Amino acid sequence: MTAIDVTPTGAAAPEHIPYEPPRQIRWTGTGLLLVFLAVFPLLFPNPAVTSIAVITMIFLVAAIGWNIFSGYSGYISIGHAAYYGIGQYTVALLAMHAKVPAGWDTFGLLPVAGLVCAVAAVPIGYVVLRVRRHTFIILTVAVMFILQLLAFNLVSWTNGSGGLEMSFPTWQGSYFNEPFYYVGLVAAVVACAASWWVRRSKYGLGLLSIRDDEDRARGLGINAARTKLIAYAISAFFVGVAGGLYAPFIGSVYPQFGFDPTFDLAVAVLVFVGGIGTLSGPVIGALLLIPLQQYFYLQFGNANLYLIAYGVLFILILRLLPAGIAPSVTQLWRRVLVARRRAAARSRAVPALAVQSSAVQSSAVQSPAAGPPEAPPATAAVPQAGGDEVAR
Amino acid sequence: MSILQVSDVRKSYGGIQALAGCTMTFEEGAINGLIGPNGSGKTTLFNVISGYETADAGQVTLRGKDITNARADQVFALGLGRTFQITRIFPRLTVLENLHVATQRRGFAAQLRSWKSAAERSRAMEVLEFVGLTPLAEEPAGGLSYGQQKLLEFAFITVARPSVMLLDEPAGGVNPTLLRGLADRIRALNKEGITFVIVEHDMEFVMGLCDRVLVMHQGCALTAGAPEEVRANPDVLEAYLGSDMREAG
Repeated sequence: MTAIDVTPTGAAAPEHIPYEPPRQIRWTGTGLLLVFLAVFPLLFPNPAVTSIAVITMIFLVAAIGWNIFSGYSGYISIGHAAYYGIGQYTVALLAMHAKVPAGWDTFGLLPVAGLVCAVAAVPIGYVVLRVRRHTFIILTVAVMFILQLLAFNLVSWTNGSGGLEMSFPTWQGSYFNEPFYYVGLVAAVVACAASWWVRRSKYGLGLLSIRDDEDRARGLGINAARTKLIAYAISAFFVGVAGGLYAPFIGSVYPQFGFDPTFDLAVAVLVFVGGIGTLSGPVIGALLLIPLQQYFYLQFGNANLYLIAYGVLFILILRLLPAGIAPSVTQLWRRVLVARRRAAARSRAVPALAVQSSAVQSSAVQSPAAGPPEAPPATAAVPQAGGDEVAR
Repeated sequence: MSILQVSDVRKSYGGIQALAGCTMTFEEGAINGLIGPNGSGKTTLFNVISGYETADAGQVTLRGKDITNARADQVFALGLGRTFQITRIFPRLTVLENLHVATQRRGFAAQLRSWKSAAERSRAMEVLEFVGLTPLAEEPAGGLSYGQQKLLEFAFITVARPSVMLLDEPAGGVNPTLLRGLADRIRALNKEGITFVIVEHDMEFVMGLCDRVLVMHQGCALTAGAPEEVRANPDVLEAYLGSDMREAG
């Protein structure tokens, strides 16, 4: 293509200031977090603490999975508990019928639980993804309740409201939580890697374009139906794995707890607080809120005051950081960077102005007939207030 | 030789007949202008051609291939891209990411690789330079001015190298300097073989740019010809361009 005369497009081209911290900072932060999570049970071996850590890992996996679909595509699902429940029942039923011994062998069923959920998500997604926005949300909730009803009524499979019991591993009480924790951590790392891959792939870019404007995306060759369905299945996979880990940890599966409507609210809150549609948002949300929620429960659980404390915290975070923690911190970091660059530009401009001014004065003395001096070029380097800030 | 053909296309919304048996032929390699008063069916015709609406009846062919009621992504993959009357970009993606959305890859395996391929980036930067948006490549598209967004939409259609581009009111809300630049870019792409169909109310822009002008009225094609022929057509002047244009002519 031949470039032709480039007409100015109106606005001054801003000096680009990155919207993300440098890669070294991000990788170092990720590495430090991983090391901390890896040694956490060694630092805090108290079973009450490691029990909270296991629940945190389970919700972390679910939140990352949920974000792969809802965060990247913009379709907010409030029915992913369907896959949380399917994951739980898959592990419980397989363990029971295939006579899988309790313990490490049970963890081998987690990928199977994920796959069953991903496969189940295809026909369900094919139906619910035909609609958008509020209708989509309602349909996802409806699917979850249909599955809950099935779990109550398919008594020969699920034992109905009596639920399914799972054998506990014969591990020592003080060691009981650690395997669940580390398996959860591995699942979370895999989920994070999947989320990272989706975000950087061409496929993921299509998903993000659907979030911004689905019809426009279709007009640029994106097969929206297929793109959404694949993300929905990937998301169901990880939520199913989370459910599959929860069932042997608790040792039972009941319809109302497997297909729990509050599960999706909890996961959505985690992701919104952390920063929806970002890679780090679900991680921050889960690692911050689940331990807090559990702490509040232990402190004020008797009178359900913990829910009030949790609600107040949630409102405060959303009032102070409406975009979520991760995007707000990034914006703050960028503001600091912008302010520093402006200050540096000003400090460069002032000496230049002084030099220009003295040069003008001396030339005026030597040649009074000379015309008005031109504006000092150095001032052009000073960004206008707000001129280089672009809303993200 | 025609590249895009519309035959007896009909489309109704309840009791309103937006397209009433519209038949048109768009010449390959030409800059075609499509004019007509508000409500004459121009945008509906664009929607039907580009797969955003289904036709009630009739046929649309692109290079002889039937694309009637094909999906928008299928039509785009066949080499027909369009812009919208009200600019539609991806505001939360960067300008460069916007362009990468439009670059096509065959097969799902190719979709799994990073979107930051060197060849595609080079191509996208070339197009950004072409429309004068290079310095804004890493900025979020939502922060661009309206005129810049128009150019961006034009750019991400261009990057996919379509054979036909439908532009819906490209001059709307664009300042005269930018408009001249846009016209130059359309001419440059046309020289490379891209066929244009432009819906526009700015008659000066249409008459100065287009090789051929087609006129629509009440969902049907009224006439077609060189700009000067259409400009001189008393029926067109009376019915579609209004008395102002007649006096100006």
